[in-house]
Amino acid sequence: MSISKTHAGFGNWLQSRWQTVVSGIPFFWLLLFFLAPFFIVLKISLAESIIASPPFTRLLDWSGGGLPTLKVSIDNFAYMWEDSLYVRTYLSSLKIAFVSTVLCLLIGYPMAYAIVKAEGTTRYILLLLIILPFWTSFLLRVYAWMGLLADQGTLNSFLIWIGVIEKPIRLLYSQFAVYVGIVYTYLPFMILPLYANMEKLDISLQEAAADLGAKPVAGFFTVTLPLTLPGIIAGSLLVFIPATGEFVIPDLLGGGNVLMIGRVLYSEFNANHDWPVASAVAIALVIVLVVPMMLYHKVQAAEALRES
Amino acid sequence: MNQASAYPWREAGATPFISIKNVTKRFGNFTAVDDISLDIYKGELFGLLGGSGCGKTTLLRMLAGFETPTTGSISIDGADMTDVPPYERPVNMMFQSYALFPHMSVEKNIAYGLKRDGVKGAEVKERVADMLSMVELGDFGKRKPRQLSGGQRQRVALARALVKRPKVLLLDEPLAALDKRLREQTQFELMNIQDRTGVTFVVVTHDQEEAMTLSTRIAVMDAGKFMQIGEPADIYENPATRYIANFIGSANLIPVTVIDRQQDKLRLQHESSDTVFEAISDQPAAVGDNTTLALRPEKILIDKSPLPDCDNNVQGTVKEIAYLGKISTYRVVTAFGETLEVTAPNQVRTSGAGHRIEWDDQVYLGWSSYSAILLSS
Repeated sequence: MSISKTHAGFGNWLQSRWQTVVSGIPFFWLLLFFLAPFFIVLKISLAESIIASPPFTRLLDWSGGGLPTLKVSIDNFAYMWEDSLYVRTYLSSLKIAFVSTVLCLLIGYPMAYAIVKAEGTTRYILLLLIILPFWTSFLLRVYAWMGLLADQGTLNSFLIWIGVIEKPIRLLYSQFAVYVGIVYTYLPFMILPLYANMEKLDISLQEAAADLGAKPVAGFFTVTLPLTLPGIIAGSLLVFIPATGEFVIPDLLGGGNVLMIGRVLYSEFNANHDWPVASAVAIALVIVLVVPMMLYHKVQAAEALRES
Repeated sequence: MNQASAYPWREAGATPFISIKNVTKRFGNFTAVDDISLDIYKGELFGLLGGSGCGKTTLLRMLAGFETPTTGSISIDGADMTDVPPYERPVNMMFQSYALFPHMSVEKNIAYGLKRDGVKGAEVKERVADMLSMVELGDFGKRKPRQLSGGQRQRVALARALVKRPKVLLLDEPLAALDKRLREQTQFELMNIQDRTGVTFVVVTHDQEEAMTLSTRIAVMDAGKFMQIGEPADIYENPATRYIANFIGSANLIPVTVIDRQQDKLRLQHESSDTVFEAISDQPAAVGDNTTLALRPEKILIDKSPLPDCDNNVQGTVKEIAYLGKISTYRVVTAFGETLEVTAPNQVRTSGAGHRIEWDDQVYLGWSSYSAILLSS
């Protein structure tokens, strides 16, 4: 009796609170896997490097007995600012991510548009082809590009064979290879949000533009483009953010020739064992990426408020 | 200067404004529009009426330029339009969904077409303001479409389509998205605006009542072909086929055989009884032909006493009554077996029993032989 009562009680509780419960799950997830690690890394970034395990000083120093002393140092951030290598690497990463995002947009936009325009089964086959690469390991695919781009690789051999070039041209371990890798890897992240956005686009709006005298190009820039802007922004963020911090692609395809923050981070942690500086690099990266996004959100919210 | 006739289609040799010649449109194996020809005259409010999939929207889209005829040609005001893209046609369309640009204000929506034509700032402003006041939305210029009601959006769509002063305005189900009250009011607004602007309107609709009220002429479409083209009253009073008799308004259909014919005076015998009807018709039906007699419900008189003035008289029993206030609809099972639908105005405010026709009452039905329509078989 009492058991069933408890059950009913839980059921009622769940029913009345299910919204809180359901929306609480992602919050909990974020707390556990994003905010907590973030604060741990933030803590390390404010410490000093020592030769010990773990290789950084504690934030609270209990050694004096009695009250602990708080040891906070912003030296790591100052060091990053002073050594031009870091600033240059950030700028280089942002540049590579930006150019890759633009390339993904230029390639992905017409592709997404063509998929939306395709009829019935063709559309689903095309979509499947976009998603299909995810079924093999990302690492494997990057290695495959190494094979394609190497001096003795498929592409060079082919070009020599058809007689366009006489000796291999440098493709691998260059900025070109990094762009190829990033654009190849992140293109689906551009196409899918664009597709989702364009699918909802009412075709009669484009017809209305044509009907009112807009030639196809004018119609595109005045109607289609502004209405697909949400998809462009979503896709661009999905490409830009991971591309900025990308490590595997510049490491494997760029070799030592391409400066990207992911590689610096990696070498600070593993080669230099300087965890505090590595953490500072990571924190700065988050700030570089999150602050513009928050500003964008604020602008959007203000705009929505103004309209309603 | 000779005044243009209000009924140019009645005159032989009048110049059509829109000329559709032998137009066929196929989508793969499906023929949406099947070899149709039609002339529409300047200043008409022409209705294309038919059920879904009858080809009316495809025809409208060919006039707008969104579809190209598979064969045949279309010309507007003397210029061949068959292969002219939509953005170069002197035609504007009001879309069923209105297709207002959601990211632009009402003003910008209306100004869009003018700007594409390179009209300059001050003139754009003036013409947009004129349009807004015509559709009585003067204060709504700065709003976005989603901040408007359905009826307001419809008026913005109309203003946007008319601001370029097109030669022809195409309207795709213009009133379908509005509720009944608003629809009736807007019907008259549309007619009013058409009258004031003098633009030729072509309206696609599936609603026969809407087509009847709005149009100068109606083309009834089915399966890609025109079933009948004519003025609303003409189509209603002289439906050519069973399909139209049933599609436009309602009709009682009685299967009959022609037993005698003196010029246009016919005697018709009911197919499954010996009841004989008289009808006057110029349909080419000969003695012995099986055909259908169509009777509009409001053309049949109903009374509890005999109706000696009618040349067709039958008796029956009232089986159903639908009281609609100003009129009532009766379903009467007649002595010869068919059930006839009859509508009659409720002219007398009868509160007591005896006067009013009630369920299971024996009634007399009568109609004039001019009221009966003989359908072509």
